Amino acid sequence: MTDSPPPSTGASAAGPPVPSAVALSGVTKAFGAVRAVDGIDLEIRAGEFFSMLGPSGSGKTTVLRMIAGFEEPTGGRVLLGGTDVTRLAPFDRDVNTVFQDYALFPHLSVRQNVEYGLKVKRVPRAERTRRAAEALAAVRLEDFAARRPAELSGGQRQRVALARALVNRPSVLLLDEPLGALDLKLRLEMQIELKQIQREAGITFVFVTHDQDEALTMSDRIAVFNAGRIEQVGTPAEVYEHPATEFVAGFVGTSNLLQGDAAAQVFGEPGLYSVRPEKIRITHPDDPAGPDECSAPGTIVEVVYAGALTRFVVDLEAGGRLVALRQNVEESSTDVARHRGSTVLLAWQRRHTVRLSARPGNTTPNDNPQ
Amino acid sequence: MTPPVRRLAGALHRRPRLRLAALISAPMAWLALAYLGALVVLLVSAFWTTNEFTSNIDYLWNTDNFRTVLTDPLYRNVALRTLGIAAAVTLIDAVIAFPMAFYMARVARPRSRRLLLVAVLTPLWAGYLVKAYAWWVMLSHGGVIDWIAAPFGGGSPGFGIPAVVIVLSYLWLPYMILPLYTAFEQLPDSLLAASGDLGARPWRTFVGVVLPLVKPAVIAGSIFTFSLSLGDYLTVQIVGGTTQMLGNVIASNVTLNLPLAAAVSCVPVLIIVGYLLAVRRTGALDNL
Repeated sequence: MTDSPPPSTGASAAGPPVPSAVALSGVTKAFGAVRAVDGIDLEIRAGEFFSMLGPSGSGKTTVLRMIAGFEEPTGGRVLLGGTDVTRLAPFDRDVNTVFQDYALFPHLSVRQNVEYGLKVKRVPRAERTRRAAEALAAVRLEDFAARRPAELSGGQRQRVALARALVNRPSVLLLDEPLGALDLKLRLEMQIELKQIQREAGITFVFVTHDQDEALTMSDRIAVFNAGRIEQVGTPAEVYEHPATEFVAGFVGTSNLLQGDAAAQVFGEPGLYSVRPEKIRITHPDDPAGPDECSAPGTIVEVVYAGALTRFVVDLEAGGRLVALRQNVEESSTDVARHRGSTVLLAWQRRHTVRLSARPGNTTPNDNPQ
Repeated sequence: MTPPVRRLAGALHRRPRLRLAALISAPMAWLALAYLGALVVLLVSAFWTTNEFTSNIDYLWNTDNFRTVLTDPLYRNVALRTLGIAAAVTLIDAVIAFPMAFYMARVARPRSRRLLLVAVLTPLWAGYLVKAYAWWVMLSHGGVIDWIAAPFGGGSPGFGIPAVVIVLSYLWLPYMILPLYTAFEQLPDSLLAASGDLGARPWRTFVGVVLPLVKPAVIAGSIFTFSLSLGDYLTVQIVGGTTQMLGNVIASNVTLNLPLAAAVSCVPVLIIVGYLLAVRRTGALDNL
C-alpha cells in the first residue's frame, strides 16, 4: 500500500529552508481527565490550504484554538513561522480566526468591524480606510459597509468575518467550520470563493470541518482527526484512495470494509480491506473477471436511486457486504429497482484494494489484525 | 347544530381584532382608570388651592402652586439635592454592581454563581423598613459603623445626606446588579475571543467591546436606581437627620396642602420623563 509522504520538515533538498507556517510538536490538551488532544505532531506549509477533518469531539477545533492562542496546551509546543508561541496570548500572535458563529461585533458597522484589527494596531486612518475598502471589495460587500451585522444575511456575515480577518494580512488564517451555518447552495459557492481568496492572498489557511466533501474539494492537504489523534495526513487523493486506517476509510467516503473469513476468501489472506464503491464494477456472474482484478459473487439486496447514480448494496457469498456505485448513464429510476435480488459478480482492479490497519500510525503491510 | 361555545370560538377566530379587544380590554381599562386616571387627578389637583384659614381645598383653577415650586428657593434646593442624591446613588450602584455582576456571570463557578445570585436577591424579600432601620442602628452613635471605623480614626457619617446615599445605594443595588448580570452572561465568549484575536489587549477589549455591549444594561439599571431614589421618602426620614428630599416634602404636605404636594410631585415625574426620553435614544429601553 502507498503511505502518505512524510510532512515537509522545512529543510527540503531544494532551496533554502523555509520554516513551516504552523508546527505542532507533541501537543496535548487535557480537560480534567479527558485528553481532548493527545500528543499531536503536525507541520503546515506556508501558503497551503490545510484542512483538519474529523467528527465532533475529535479534537480538531481544540487544535485550532491552541494555534490561535485561546487554549494553552497542557503539553507540547506550538510554532508559528518557526517561532515558539506556545505561551503567547492571542493578541501577540500573527494569526487571525474566522469563527464558527462569525463573532461580528453587533454594535459596530460592517466597516468598523473590518477596521477593528487595524485600529487596535494603530494603523493610520487613511491606510485603514483604504485597506478596509479593499477587503470589503474582495468579498464583494462594498455596498454594505455602513450596515450593522444584524442587517446582513448569513452568507454576508460570513464574508464580513472573512474580510475582518484577512484585512490584517495574517501569516495564517484559521477557519473554524466557517460554512457550517450556511445552506447547501451557499456553502458550495463559498467553498469556491474561499479557495479563490486563499490563492489570491497567498495566505496559509487552516480549515476545520467535519464535512468530508468540503475537505476533499478545497484542501491541498488534509489531516484526519479521531479521538484526539491524527489518523492520517495527506492530499485529498491520498486520503481518499489510500486511507491509512479503518477510521479514515469509514469517515472519508463510504465505508466498504471486508474482514475476517470474507476477506480471507476474497483476497486469499485475512486482514482488513477497503474498496471504494465507485471502483467496483457490477457484471453478470458468468462473465470472467480480468487478470488484474479481484472479484466476489453476491446478491443485490438493496438498490438506492440517487439521481446521478445508483447505489447497489450487495451481500457477498463469502460473507460481508459491499456497496457499489453506478452512474445512471442509460437506466432510469424505474429500471434500476428490478435488479434487487439478482445474482451478480463484483469486480475491481487489484490496485484499488486498500489494506488497512485498525489502529493509527500502524500501517505496515504485514500487520495482521487477527 | 354547533354548540354556542364553538360558534363563539369560530367567530373570534375569524375576527382577530375582536379577539384582541376581548383579550386586552380589561387590563387596558385598569391601566386607563386606576393608573393614568390617578396621574390625571394628581395633575389637575395641582391647579387647585388650599384655603389658608379653613385648610379646605378651593377648586379654583390657578397656577400658584407651580409658581411657588419654581420660585421658592426652598423647593429648588430640595429638588437639586434630591437630584444629586439620586445621581450619586446611581453612580455608586453602577460602580459596585459592575465588577460584582462581571464576577458572577463570567468568573464564578456555577455553584458559587447560584449562591451569589441568592445573596443578591434575598434582601429584596426583606421589608424595606427593616432594612432602613437596620442601617439606622448601624449608623447611630456607638453603632457597628463607629466600632469598625474607630481603629482607622474614622466614625459613622451620622445621620444626613451621606447616610441617605449609603442606605439608598444599599437598597437599590440588586436592581443594578441583575440587568448587568444578564448582560454579562449573554455576552458571547466568541466576541471577546475575536477581539483578542484581532490584536486587542484585555483593556482594549473591555473598552471597545464589553462596555458598549453592556451599556444598555447599565442604563436599564440606572432607571431603577435613579427613579426609586428620586421618589424615596422613608429612608431620608429614618437616616437623613434634618435632610429634606422631594419625597418627604410631598409626604408632609399631603395632609396639610394637597394641591401643593401635587405640584411638587410633578417635579420628579418630569425629571423621570426627561431621563427616559434621553435614555430612549441609546436603545436601552428595548432591553428592559
